[in-house]
Amino acid sequence: MTNGASPHKETNLWQSVLDRLKLWSRKHSPWLIHFNSGSCNGCDIEILATLTPRYDAERFGVQLHGSPRHADILICTGPVTRQARERLLRTYEQMPNPKYVIAVGACAITGGTFAGCYNVIGHIDEVIPVDVYVPGCPPRPEAIIDALVILLQKMSTNGPKIEEAVS
Amino acid sequence: MTPSTDRKRFTVPIGPQHPALKEPGHFAFDVDGEIVQSASVRLGYAHRGIEKATESRTWVQNLYLLERICGICSHIHATAYCLGVEKLAEVEVPPRAQAIRSLVAELERIHSHLLWLGVAAHEAGFDTLFMYSWRDRETVMDILEALTGNRVHYSANVLGGVKYDVDDKQAATIREGLDFLEERTLHYLEVVTTDGLFLQRTRGIGVMNRDEAEQSGVIGPTGRASGVHRDVRIDSPYTAYAEHPILPVYESTGDLLARFIVRLREQLASFEYIRMLLDHLPNSPLTTRMPRRVKEGEAISRVEAPRGELFYFIKSNGGDMPERIHVRTPTLCNIASVAQLVIGQHLADVPMILVGIDPCFSCNDRTSVISQDGQRDLWTWDRLRQYGINHYGTHYSKDIHR
Repeated sequence: MTNGASPHKETNLWQSVLDRLKLWSRKHSPWLIHFNSGSCNGCDIEILATLTPRYDAERFGVQLHGSPRHADILICTGPVTRQARERLLRTYEQMPNPKYVIAVGACAITGGTFAGCYNVIGHIDEVIPVDVYVPGCPPRPEAIIDALVILLQKMSTNGPKIEEAVS
Repeated sequence: MTPSTDRKRFTVPIGPQHPALKEPGHFAFDVDGEIVQSASVRLGYAHRGIEKATESRTWVQNLYLLERICGICSHIHATAYCLGVEKLAEVEVPPRAQAIRSLVAELERIHSHLLWLGVAAHEAGFDTLFMYSWRDRETVMDILEALTGNRVHYSANVLGGVKYDVDDKQAATIREGLDFLEERTLHYLEVVTTDGLFLQRTRGIGVMNRDEAEQSGVIGPTGRASGVHRDVRIDSPYTAYAEHPILPVYESTGDLLARFIVRLREQLASFEYIRMLLDHLPNSPLTTRMPRRVKEGEAISRVEAPRGELFYFIKSNGGDMPERIHVRTPTLCNIASVAQLVIGQHLADVPMILVGIDPCFSCNDRTSVISQDGQRDLWTWDRLRQYGINHYGTHYSKDIHR
């Protein structure tokens, strides 16, 4: 205490321990929120199938949650329609930092079969930044689990990601 | 959201992103205490403009686009489209192809009803049933995957026939799967009709008698639960239903429980029907030659989707692209009934009643007219969003940026 580390350095040590603790807990219980911005439902039911007993993504601590305020991962399906854009942005902004986004399905990546429809304004990463893409129409539950695992690895290698609100 | 100034009335907004909804739709319920006084529905969050897009795609491309109107009832959309186009082109589809279309349609109905059972149980807080029914649903998904190579968008249809055949080995797998599913469905039927807690959430809730059902024009299992005798498979048979009729299922009480029973009994009817189809699969080629350009004219086709009657109007000007395609999906007919059904019910029962009609917004939101009512919200979207950013920015920014 007398001639040891400065108070500043002490905070940093405490901080790094806290950060590691946070990362550890985040990696072991990433909560999902699901938003359908104009999907055909195919991906949505595959996401649900991923969480149900055959595939059981909950063994990674993943849980589907209702409120964006509680979620770590936004799992998006579908192209973005004109009316859903505001909601997608709002849902994303309501999530606490650091936030991660998984885009599920061909439509979410490129607009897929709906590219060019007059009410489709684009794909997910034209509206919000995306971390992991899952191709397929719709992707199999195994692919969605793989995306989750990739994202969990990404969390630990890149450290906590801080995204500013897009508006 | 903004609380109403009226102290007795309060508007509860639900959606478009809400735990009770798997798809985007917005509902505003005016409540007095716990009791819903009035309800309004706003749709169109999943509106993509598919009908317009069909006009700039060829007949074959449209098959794949229209199949993706809905990820739950994709096969039946493609079937309705094929039936209409084949009618226009005056093409006779071989009987084996018709039988396989019916076969996949009934498998799809089983998967859709099991999915619904799970979601409805989830809304009632009965997550055990949700998990069990989704586990069993994987059996029918396996069958569909073995038949067509895909779990969701099977693409079994082509114009003029089907792509996939059923061989003896597959038929045996299907029968095996059906035996398991039949046992499970009987078990679920027992659970939903005897479980005391579950009955409290379903019996006498959201009752719609036959007259009300006829008046609000509900169709499909929702209508059949209220005793409306309407089923396209029986009234106007298509594909293999003309030759091999399916057993109709009706209930008369019209409450949520009846909607559960109708759907579960429909599954049992589907099991029987598939077994019968497998016994009587006619021998014929799978496809017939289809012209690239379809003769000028108009056609309508009606089919029974898992949720009710699905209607297609197809107009051709003789080219390789359609001039107009209009789709009317069952949810559009049923959703209006929700706004009436919830009045006088407890707010807690609202998700159950909504799910009771098995709404499918991705089907529905291709065409919808929204009456703009911008005056009711004092806060604009931008203002509300900025408020959220500022609020959470100032309260939690220190915590976040560490």
